Amino acid sequence: MIHVHQDPVVVTGVGATTPLGGDVPTTWDALLAGESGVRRLTQEWAEALPVRIAAEVAVDPAGVLERVEARTLDRSQQLALIAAREAWRDAGSPDVQPERLAVVLASGIGGVLTLLSAYDILKERGPRRVSPHTVPMLMPNGPAAAVGLELSARGGVHTPVSACASGAEAVALGLDLLRLDRADVVVVGGTEASIHALPMAGFAAMRALSTREEQPETASRPYDKARDGFVLAEGAGVLVLERAAGASARGASTYAEVAGAGITSDAFHVAAPDPVGAGAARAMQMALADADLTPADVVHINAHATSTPVGDLAESGAIRTAMGSATDRVAVSATKSQTGHLLGAAGAVEAIFTVLALHHRLAPLTRNLDDPDDDITLDVVRLEHRHLGTGAALSNSFGFGGHNVALAFRSAG
Amino acid sequence: MPASESDILQGLAEILQEVAGVAPEQVTPEKNFIDDLDVDSLSMVEVVVAAEEKFEVRIPDDDVKNLRTVGDAVDYIKSAGVAA
Repeated sequence: MIHVHQDPVVVTGVGATTPLGGDVPTTWDALLAGESGVRRLTQEWAEALPVRIAAEVAVDPAGVLERVEARTLDRSQQLALIAAREAWRDAGSPDVQPERLAVVLASGIGGVLTLLSAYDILKERGPRRVSPHTVPMLMPNGPAAAVGLELSARGGVHTPVSACASGAEAVALGLDLLRLDRADVVVVGGTEASIHALPMAGFAAMRALSTREEQPETASRPYDKARDGFVLAEGAGVLVLERAAGASARGASTYAEVAGAGITSDAFHVAAPDPVGAGAARAMQMALADADLTPADVVHINAHATSTPVGDLAESGAIRTAMGSATDRVAVSATKSQTGHLLGAAGAVEAIFTVLALHHRLAPLTRNLDDPDDDITLDVVRLEHRHLGTGAALSNSFGFGGHNVALAFRSAG
Repeated sequence: MPASESDILQGLAEILQEVAGVAPEQVTPEKNFIDDLDVDSLSMVEVVVAAEEKFEVRIPDDDVKNLRTVGDAVDYIKSAGVAA
């Protein structure tokens, strides 16, 4: 028999490692300060690439994890583990039965660095030299499994894969698990570590990446007239979710409520967004309805806004379709202007940013928006961060494949 | 010339430190790889491949299951080296 909880789901812990910082407080401070995590790549393998800028994590995981622990984990698993440990600590290490603890940890590409380096070993040294750790390191569910092992989660470990919407989909699925009583605490998030010649060559071949190499820190410029593509980034974000009654019973403090989610698909094109953003608009409308909110309740939107010419415009139209005249009263932030695009981790990291925006009542600024595109009819926060009233916020994530996920959050109590 | 028992023990200790983070002083002949040194089945494969390379011996999978302690491995590598 299906048991559906009416009790709100809340965020009690957050953790992240991003191009702006090795944890959430450092990342948030850098975000408010308008910093950029984008750099020129200096590695030898990057030299021949058409695009040699990216946003690597600010703190190398090698300096955080024990060497022996790290050597059997793909970089995407390492980043997930670092973020999960911070989130779990931040939540006060909930004393939950292992059978009632679940993990939903997404990745867009999975252990691609391991796959490619293992293939190099296969070609150069032969099959007997391929590490027995190769498969557990390259499988897309590897980061979820690593976090599940770390926290002794026996209530199910899941890995949604929907390209750049993966991290947001993990939050949405975590919400469902708690509403459906499949768990009492769910650790959700996303991770990505794919800064390597092959993925970069692939994205560059799609003409999806910014080629503004001479000034890397200005390359990610959502909504600006001169935007020319996204900047590939890496990192991880993890949130601890639980029902409000459980959080309050153990005296945990709450950042915000995960009030609702909407998931749609375009069925339009494998990579190009629907130009009118119909699926994206429907996702936002579904999230609002699911959260029992109206557009007038929304004070802030963390946009997907990757800095591609077509994608930013489609999302702008979608927001106006979903929000109607309320659009003019919403402070929109495009935080990829600072972090770059964390692919499968983006939705989770931006869910954290949205939750913190409500918690601190501050919308982060959008960097590099020097000359706003006249066709973008949104109130985008630029130049400096902006104070917010209490209310609700949306976080949008869209992925290759036509995936649209919108998450709705509400200010805590 | 085949390696001596103490050379093999020292070589195994280096491999176990690299692969599984085992402190070299822990690596003594009576220690069981799984129960005492916490080497899991995947890491054991790494230990075997690294030992084959280091000591220039071949350790077939069928023989690996008999190598329960460090001492078993030292004896095996010593005799395999002589046979080679």
